[in-house]
Order: sequence, then structure tokens, then C-alpha cells
Amino acid sequence: MTTTAPAAPTNKLGLTKQDYVGSKSTLCAGCGHDSITAQLINAAFEMGIEAYKVGKYSGIGCSSKTPAYFFNQAWGFNSVHGRMPSIATGASVANRELINIGVSGDGDSMSIGIGQLVHAIRRNVPIIYIIEDNGVYGLTKGQFSATADLGSVLKHGSVNELPPIDPCTLALELGCGFVARSFSGDPKQLNTILRAAFAHNGTCIIDVISPCVTFNNHDSSTKSYKNAKDHDFPLHELGFVQFNELEQVEIPAGESKVVTFPDGSKVSFRALREDYDPTDRFGAMKLLHEGVEKGEFLTGLLYLNTQKPTIHDTTHIADTPLVHLSQAALKPGKDVLAKCMNELM
Amino acid sequence: MSTAPANAQSVQDTKPLVNDFSIEIGTVNGSGSQTANSVLMRTIFQMGVPVSGKNLFPSNIAGLPTWFQIRANAKGYVARKAIVDLMICMNPETAKDDVLKLTAGALVIYDEPLKLNTLRDDLIYYPVPFQKLVTASCPEPKLHKLVKNMIYVGVAGQMLGLDMNETKNAITKQLKGKQKAIEINQAAVDAGFTWAAENMPAQNRLKVMVDNKTAGNIIIDGNAACALGSMFAGVQVVGWYPITPSSSLVESLIDYADEYRRDENGKSTVAIVQMEDELASAGIVFGAGWAGARSMTSTSGPGISLMSELIGLGYFSEIPGVFFNVARTGPSTGLPTRTMQGDIDICAKCSHGDTLHINLYPGNMSECFDFAYESFNLAERFQTPIFVVTDLDLGMQNWMSKPFTYPEGDFDRGKVVGEKELAAMKDWGRYKDVDGDGIPYRSLPGTPGGKGAYFTRGSGHNAYAQYSEKPEDYTALVDRLRAKYETAKQYVPKPIVDDTGSKRGILAFGSSDPAVMEARDILSDGFQMKTDYLRLRALPFTAEVDTFIKQSDVVYVVEQNRDGQMKALLREFYPEAATKFKSVLHYNGMALDAQTIVDQINAFEK
Repeated sequence: MTTTAPAAPTNKLGLTKQDYVGSKSTLCAGCGHDSITAQLINAAFEMGIEAYKVGKYSGIGCSSKTPAYFFNQAWGFNSVHGRMPSIATGASVANRELINIGVSGDGDSMSIGIGQLVHAIRRNVPIIYIIEDNGVYGLTKGQFSATADLGSVLKHGSVNELPPIDPCTLALELGCGFVARSFSGDPKQLNTILRAAFAHNGTCIIDVISPCVTFNNHDSSTKSYKNAKDHDFPLHELGFVQFNELEQVEIPAGESKVVTFPDGSKVSFRALREDYDPTDRFGAMKLLHEGVEKGEFLTGLLYLNTQKPTIHDTTHIADTPLVHLSQAALKPGKDVLAKCMNELM
Repeated sequence: MSTAPANAQSVQDTKPLVNDFSIEIGTVNGSGSQTANSVLMRTIFQMGVPVSGKNLFPSNIAGLPTWFQIRANAKGYVARKAIVDLMICMNPETAKDDVLKLTAGALVIYDEPLKLNTLRDDLIYYPVPFQKLVTASCPEPKLHKLVKNMIYVGVAGQMLGLDMNETKNAITKQLKGKQKAIEINQAAVDAGFTWAAENMPAQNRLKVMVDNKTAGNIIIDGNAACALGSMFAGVQVVGWYPITPSSSLVESLIDYADEYRRDENGKSTVAIVQMEDELASAGIVFGAGWAGARSMTSTSGPGISLMSELIGLGYFSEIPGVFFNVARTGPSTGLPTRTMQGDIDICAKCSHGDTLHINLYPGNMSECFDFAYESFNLAERFQTPIFVVTDLDLGMQNWMSKPFTYPEGDFDRGKVVGEKELAAMKDWGRYKDVDGDGIPYRSLPGTPGGKGAYFTRGSGHNAYAQYSEKPEDYTALVDRLRAKYETAKQYVPKPIVDDTGSKRGILAFGSSDPAVMEARDILSDGFQMKTDYLRLRALPFTAEVDTFIKQSDVVYVVEQNRDGQMKALLREFYPEAATKFKSVLHYNGMALDAQTIVDQINAFEK
């Protein structure tokens, strides 16, 4: 007697979720990073992302190991500490059709690599840039990072006396067109943000509070599960509808605000905070700063501008990916050399 | 000259120097002297006399002293000449020192109010009332400072017997299409010429006579030549950060690409991105190389120091990329506007751990072009960073050259496997040495078909690109990388060898070549000393280097640094010949001259 297992659901490409997984995680059991990986897999599966078009990049640290744990059929590049943004920039201008996912941490992005991140945002390199933020250097066994809150205490008792850098206000200041904060313990919100990020053409900065269960999850830590859960204030209920689903799904009307991506996908914001407009950069900045004052930890898609020119626009490169250009398109002829020589005689 | 003449008059009797002398012009940085100097140099060039021009400029935008040296030499010697035959003093701040350093008998043109003729009595002085002439020739006072320099072109032109029609052509060429500027500058030259003809005593010591040795030649700097080579090599991605003396390489490339590298929609076929620093420049190079583009950066020593982190990554994870190093005087900030071959060691082994890189050493303008072109083939063939090592002297100075030869044939894109090849492969492994030459096959991101994806990492990995800390995997990996370096010997440019059978070898590379060529003639003609010469053009050392060392009793390694960096490399790779190598060194920031080599070799030979 045989039993047939129910067929696994497939997406628009006919792929199952299994087609989006990677190697087994080697992170600590219960690590917030693994929840983020799971949502990346879910979002890509649901969106029907073609994994062979994905470049997944990282620097160094616990977070930077995670690209090995999703999308086996994508192209991984675990580079060096803090230098992932420039690597991804190179890949993106070389092949503008690549879908780029960068996974970084608070150490990788807010200390050693802050310069590169700042300039990648400024150039608007198309990439989903996830900062798995736990306020601590896990891989070197528990030193403070630059996002650790003032006064937060490490497992062994040392107190952080320096002010934190907030990746979201930094990204807003730099004019980033997609700025979000989420929490690895809120899979639903994270999933929606990631799906919206896949639709966005430009740099997406997603700061995900992801508690370190080994070095920074005690109750006095501001980046612990308990603290994040207690102080998490979602700004809005997020809805995301992909362009090819538009016909079937009605965007909720009424009080919600809808922003359309260039590919036709739409994201809807149903305000939980009446004064919040996700397309108002100054308003977002003000609210975030006020949240810090009040000890609130605001999550959601904080700012969205779908119209910013990307690095592909500002380098004025061909519409065809540069790597697909033939030798004939790349190598000027004999006449050109003769002309150049003549000018120098 | 053996004895100093008692007075200027007797100098007139000394042997005339026709088409064989040097001019140095001392001016103020930012005063527009570059145009005047180029016009002067071009005039001599267009009269058929081989010339070279060296700009000795300060690290400053305007105000500090700058010098320009022009050497005219009928035999085609274009190395720096240490002795100045005609000094033109336009800078009050340095004029006194400029005159005091001269060899007896030299000619001096100077701005009259400086009264330099009181300093020495063994020089021939030509005071010129520059201010008076400029006021008379140029109606616009705000242009006086710039135009003043063109006066000396006219004065020197009259004195040296230059063809003023060629000066006119040079001005037109230099100021392409700017009619008003052409007129103003031409008027200044004419004013200088006329004044000199009417007021200055004639001299016969220095003369330029029409010759036919430059017809069909070009004048170019090495940075522009490298830019051209890169453009024809089809470079697709450039990441760079401005640094003297390399900035003009990418700036030339921007200009050329703007004109010649656009698609049918007018869009660019090369992405040129000015990055935030040299680290990021190296990052974009490897990101693009990894994605399958031909990528490059251009920098100088301080940039290489910063990039070394990512260069190690590129070497270890096997990603192509071209690194131009237009070397300047180090260490640290060093002398940013002076030349040195001081980065031989860092470019040979850049990064921590065991690394050996392929290096190319162009020695002239054609090679700057050819090697730039070839470096992209080598980078993709060997899936590794390639260094094209020039220096400020090659990169920024003006050199005469035969026009470049068009690089025929197809690009070598190396061992890249696409969807079809991957489907046919039974056991695909990104780092497997299938052919036994140390070079694995690589697939490119975005290749469809579900095969070929792999994980690139700077950490330890096995032949299947999987993370590994196993001792045998690590050893196998670094041994294969070494095997790849050995394979490169068959591909890199071979040295140029001139073997006279003397067993007295000279080994040099890069910008030292003109001085070595001249020094060999001096040694041969003046000291009856024959020498063999190997001009090294690449690392790794090839079989020709083995042979040269083996057959020489002594090898003089000529290089422009303090520590004999190339000699140290030679000793490492040829330990059995370690005692044969003798260092001939030059490291004061100035370009190498022949006499320095002659003197040091003579000292060894005593």
C-alpha cells in the first residue's frame, strides 16, 4: 500500500519552496538571523523570483554567513568585512539584470563598512540590503557594535557608554528611496517588507532587529526578544500586491495610502499612527527621532520613493547588460585608432 | 666641459650643440606655462628633431614653483639629461637657485628686473623685459600673467633658430579651435621673437636644425596610452579614485569613451564610477569581474596599499581585474608629484598570506598601449588581478612614439562556461583543475539552466567552492594558485634581450629604458665596455630571464628605488645566482639619467 504525499504548492514559475532553500544553517539555535532567512525564502517563493538571476552578497560576521542558507541556485559572494557594497556595485553595473541581495550586520555595516554603505545608498545601487541588527559582534564572541544603545549591558556586565548609530535615520538622511525597520520576531511584517523590496528598483535598507540569543538576549539588552516585543510599535499595517496579482486583489481603499512601483506592483499603508506619511521624508525623520526619545522602536516601511534615478541611470550605461555586449560593441575599429593617432601627431 | 670659462664671452667659442641640448624653464605653478612649454616642445618635434618633455610640478594648485625640461636629441636619446644648457627663469622665487645650479657655459634667459647676471660670471645672460613686451602685445590686463609665458617661446625660438611656422602650427594644435586664445598667444610669441631679433645678441652655441627623425610620430603620455589600450580592450567597468599621478589615465579614458564607446542609442558601453576611496574602487573591479565584465582601476602607491585587502580576495577567490599603478615616490604620501619604481615589491605580492601576482612593466608608449590591452586578456585567462606597473615619468610626461598598432584578433575571455557547457559537464566544480594548468573553469552570475551557481568566498574552499578548513584542501588550493602562476610564464610578454656576448648584463624595466640605452652607448663609446641588456617586461620571470642570468657573470639590476626591490625578487627566484646581482639605484624623485648608471657601473667595474 502506498500513500501519495500531497503535492507541495508551486509558484508562478512552477517551483516549490524547496527550490529556494540553501545549505543548513550553522548559526546558534534560535538565532533571529534564521527567521530572516526563512522570510527571504518565503518572499522569493511567493514572488516567483528567478534564483539564477540573484546575486547574494555579504561581508564578514554571523549575518554574512546567511547567504549560504538560501537560494542554492543563486550566485553567492561572501566578500571581506564591510566591503560588500562595492562588490555589489560592480556586479550591478556589469549586469544590470541581476537581482541583488546583500545581507550584513550592524558591525559590518555601521562600523568597518559604513563608508561603503553610505556611498552605495548615495549612488542608489539596486540591492535589497538587510542589516541583521543585534547590537553585538557575535562571531568574535560578544563585543559592542555601533548600534548598541547607550547604557545597554553585555552578558558579562560591561555597559555601552557611546551613542548608537541608527541605520534608518542615516539612510533617510542620505536620501535612500526605501527605508524599513522590522523585527525578526514579526515574520508577517518582514515578509511584506521583503516582497515590496523585491519590487523596488534602487537601494532598499532594511534594518531588522535580530536578537543574538547567545550574547545579547538578556532582559537588560535593548536588542533582546523581550525588549523588542515590548517596545515594537508598527507604524502601519502593510499590504503588498505584486503587479501580476493586481487583477485578482483589490487594494484596500479608504484611509490607506497606496504607492505604486515602476513595475506596477503596489504597496498599501494603513496608518496606525495618524500623522505618518511614508512618502514624507522629513516627517519620517521627525517621527523616528521622537520614537528614540520615547524609547519606542518603530517598525514598518518608513520611507518610500520609487522615482529616484539608480546607478544605471547616472552612469548612462546601455540598456543591455554590459556583460552581454559583444566584442564588436566593445572594441572600436581600426579607423578609430587611426583617428586618435592622427590627433597626436 | 672640463674647465669653467673665465667669462661669458669665451663660452661663445665652445663647440656648438646642434639638435642636442636641454632646456629648463622655471615658472610658477598655475601660470599657464604648460601651454607655452608644450608649444616650445612641439615646435622642435615638428622640425623633425626627437624630443622629450618632463614636467617637474609641485603638489599644489597654484603658486608654487614648477619646472619643465625639454631635451632635444638627434640620436633619439630621450632620458632626462642632468645638465641644463638653456635655463629660462620666469619664477622670481627660484631664479637665484636655478642659476646657481647651472654648469658653466649655460645660457640664461631671464626676466630683466631679476638682475640675475650679478650672480655668476661664467654664464651667458639674456635679460628680457617681459612685462613691457606683454603690455605691448596683449590689450587685456587680466590675461597678462598667462600670456607672459608665451613671450619666452618667441624669444627662445628666435635664439635657437626655430621655425616659427611650426610654432604657429603647434599653437593651433594646442588650443584646438579656440580662435581668440590662438590669436592672443600668437601675438605674444611674435612680440618675443621680434624683440629678440632686434635686441638680443645672436648666439651659435645652441641651435635647432630641421631634421627628419620625427615624421609620422606622435607625442603622448603613458596614462593616455594606457587609457587607449583599455578602451580597445573593451573595458566595461571602471572604478577609480583620484590620485596623482594616475588620475589622468581614467580622465583620458572618460574622454575617449565619451566619443568612441557608445551604443546605437548613444548610451555608454562602459560604466565609469568615481568611488569613495581606493578600497571601494578595488571592490567594484572585483564585483564586475565576478559578474563577467572586463574591469579596471587606476591608482598609485597609496591606493595600492589600501586595495591590498581586496586584491588578496581577488587572488584567492580567482576574479579577473586590471590594476594600473602609476607609481610615485613613497612611502606614505611621499613625494606625490615625483617618480619612483618603488612599488615593485607590493605589486608582486600584494596582500597578506602567500600571494604572487602577474605584473606587466611597459617601458615605452607603445607598450603602455599594448600591455593595457593585453592585461585584460591575461586577467580573464588567469582569473586574477593583473598589475600594469608604470610610474609618473611614463604616465604623465610627454613621450615621442611611433603610432600604435591596432590590436587585431579576438579578446581572450578565458575559461568561461555557459549554460550549454555546464549541462554537458558531469562533475562541475568551480575550482577544479581540469586541464592541469592550474586554471579552473568559471561560470557567470545570471547563467540560466540551474547549473553553475557557486559560492565565492575569501575563506578556505575546496574544488567545489564549498567552505573548507581541511589542511589538504587548503594546500591543494594554494599549490594550484602557484601552478597557475607558473602557467602564466607562457603568456606574459617576454623580455627584450640584446646579447653582445659580453657576460656583463644589465637588467632594467619600465621607465629606466631610455637612460639604460643611452648609458650603454656611453659605456661602449667612452669606456670600451660592452654590455648585454635584458629589459624585463613582466612577472613571473620567464625562461629568457633564466638564460640571461645563467650566461652572465654579473647582472647590474637598474631600478629606481632605495632597496633594490627587483634585485630582491631576483634573488628569491634565482638563489643560486644571488651573488651575481649588483644594484644600480636611483631614488631622488627625478627621472633616471644615463650618467647615473654609467657612474655606478664604472664604480663596480674598478
